[in-house]
Amino acid sequence: MKEVFIDISRCLGCKSCELACAVAHSESQSLFGSLFESIPPRKRIYVHAGDCFSVPLNCRHCEEAGCVAVCPTGAMFKEEQTGVVLHDCARCLGCGFCEMACPFGVITRAPGSKIVAKCDRCPEREVPACVEACPTRALLFITSQEAQQVKRQHISTQFFLPRPPVTSA
Amino acid sequence: MGEKSVDRASLKMLKKASDEGIGTAWDRLEKQEPQCGFGLLGICCRNCNMGPCRIDPFEEEPGKGVCGATADIIAARNLLRMIAAGAAAHSDHGRDVVTTLYAAAQGEVQGYQIKDEAKLHALAAEFGVVAEGRSKEEIARDLAREAMEEFGMVKERLQFLNRAPEKRRAVWEKLGIAPRGIDREIVEALHRTHMGVDNDYTNITLHGGRTGLSDGWGGSMFATEFSDILFGTPRPVRGKSNLGVLKEDQVNIVVHGHEPILSEIIVLAARDEELLAVAREKGARGINVCGMCCTGNELLMRHGVPIAGNFLQQELALVTGAVEAMVVDVQCVMPALAQVAKCYHTKIISTSPKAKFPGVEHVSFEEHSALEIAKRIVRMAVENYPSRKQELVQIPDEEMEYMSGFSVEAILQALGGTLNPLLDAVKAGRIKGIAAIVGCNNPKTTQDRGHLTLTRELIKNDCLVVQTGCAAIACAKAGLLLPEAAAEAGPGLRAVCEALQVPPVLHMGSCVDISRILVAASAVANALGVDISDLPAVGAAPEWMSEKAVSIGTYVVGSGVLTVLGTVPPVLGGKNLVELLTKGARDVLGAAFAVEEDPSKAAALILEHIAAKRQALGLEP
Repeated sequence: MKEVFIDISRCLGCKSCELACAVAHSESQSLFGSLFESIPPRKRIYVHAGDCFSVPLNCRHCEEAGCVAVCPTGAMFKEEQTGVVLHDCARCLGCGFCEMACPFGVITRAPGSKIVAKCDRCPEREVPACVEACPTRALLFITSQEAQQVKRQHISTQFFLPRPPVTSA
Repeated sequence: MGEKSVDRASLKMLKKASDEGIGTAWDRLEKQEPQCGFGLLGICCRNCNMGPCRIDPFEEEPGKGVCGATADIIAARNLLRMIAAGAAAHSDHGRDVVTTLYAAAQGEVQGYQIKDEAKLHALAAEFGVVAEGRSKEEIARDLAREAMEEFGMVKERLQFLNRAPEKRRAVWEKLGIAPRGIDREIVEALHRTHMGVDNDYTNITLHGGRTGLSDGWGGSMFATEFSDILFGTPRPVRGKSNLGVLKEDQVNIVVHGHEPILSEIIVLAARDEELLAVAREKGARGINVCGMCCTGNELLMRHGVPIAGNFLQQELALVTGAVEAMVVDVQCVMPALAQVAKCYHTKIISTSPKAKFPGVEHVSFEEHSALEIAKRIVRMAVENYPSRKQELVQIPDEEMEYMSGFSVEAILQALGGTLNPLLDAVKAGRIKGIAAIVGCNNPKTTQDRGHLTLTRELIKNDCLVVQTGCAAIACAKAGLLLPEAAAEAGPGLRAVCEALQVPPVLHMGSCVDISRILVAASAVANALGVDISDLPAVGAAPEWMSEKAVSIGTYVVGSGVLTVLGTVPPVLGGKNLVELLTKGARDVLGAAFAVEEDPSKAAALILEHIAAKRQALGLEP
């Protein structure tokens, strides 16, 4: 199953993923159109400055999802087939427990509301909008196996065998 | 991405490029997508090194730059910088023509002469240069000096502003946006947009208006008028357009860029008997000089030189495999040409010390030895003819005749020496209004579709269309610049065109020649005793892409004419700025911007506007 992987070494902090995420969750589905919507669309990915890197953070769709566990109404749930953690606004109380449970701070409220929003991994799209928008391929939509294989491949090119010292005859 | 082009020659060459593995602007755009949203909305700022900063357009953080600049401030500053760059490009072109006239008057140059003495005298009178009992060279020298002063800060107002109706000048004075000196406004624009200077988006935008006006009523107008003195004021002339003008059995030289200074002399050099003999020796039947973009427009207006295409066809001309040399000067020349040329035998030759390209041969041009340099360039092309790779040659057969050369003087002549027939036609409703359709191509929108759809819709509804630049080339290729195209016009316009034997779409020149349209609009307004903003007139740039187009749009609005843009300018992130540009401007300038990507809807919007303006003038809508 594909997930959104982050290659932090490639993130330039441009926030293109943030914009694309908001537009993907707008009525008009267009950058220009979404500017004129009465309720501005919300992003669900956040680029933060680390010590020496920029880090795009979004929902990791955790296996043991704390947000799902603490939700009293079942508004936050894990879709069996895809493993994606989804949120049903209609059942959301706005209690904020999921926000507290999320270790990454990527479940957030709309201004003036306690109803939360989070990454739904763009169910209508083949590739999530954030990944598509990333100009440096810091965001990748690949399987865990692929992600690890790429890293193994990369690290194996770093190895070299020490040569025996050249001895003069 | 939608359809790439409606031009069949372009589509054929795009197919050939794709078969040969050559990437063009369309492919490179695809690789750029999705483009940066902050850039598209105009809300990223790189003006100081506390940044770069960008503003979240959806009311989240960050809402301000490090200095505290809001989205409106950032978008307005970016817009002003675009206007300044566009005005600089046109005006620096104007400066080159002024200095060429000065050098020609001093007798220091080869190949240039004062061709239009009537215009020289008219301008001398306008600028208060004594003409009586003096040679044309003396007059030209003093006139050029006067023009040089217009670029600086000696004068308080640009002289050409006096060509505008009194009411329009009063509007400019009231708003404090009457331009003082051409270079001065551009420099001040850069000053104002420096960190911590002008931070009031309205004040910034007003200076944008002044900077734009210094282009339209300054730099561009000098480029036009002084080119007319040197190379002749255009008169109706016929020629051919589109890639089919390239010849299989001739040395093809494409002159591309914007200024007429070098290309005029290239045309001359290509007629040189010695070079023609060398061409024959190399197996070619002749030397075929063709234009591209506005250098092409300058030549076709005055000589009916064939025009190979508009902006998005520069790479495609090379893909024909039949171009020996593409000679470029300044503006709108893609650096990609060097890479495309490598796939063929074509030599790209840059000529302006201001515009060099990696991988391109440079032959520095200067007026003093103009003819020698031009001959050297033509010789390079001729000697390259035998290197043509015959197996790669494929010239599309699309070729269309055009009629161009409609300077204001030529239009007046066609009307019988007075504006009255035009005014009568407008009053009687045979001509509902006048639309200026100008501007570039942009791979973000189907090549030529915006120009053609809008033009056809408007003439069908009895709007006379005047054009310049790449828009005019699009219509040339589609046959709309022929008197026969009147058949596509509504009954009123058709009758007028047939009576005068003119096309329903008048080609008025290169992009600096939009100054001709300003002069024409002023003449019509003065004849009716109204402001330009009262006229049933509209400007449109359906496929614009360059900063020059931003400057043009600004001075057209500043001159009182609604301007409809077909591609979205990078300002939408500043919501109050957008309000100012699309609505607020109307209250103070009598005109504003509108954006409409669909050319049919743009036509509807324009017709509605024209009807309203007619009604306000007491005419039948």
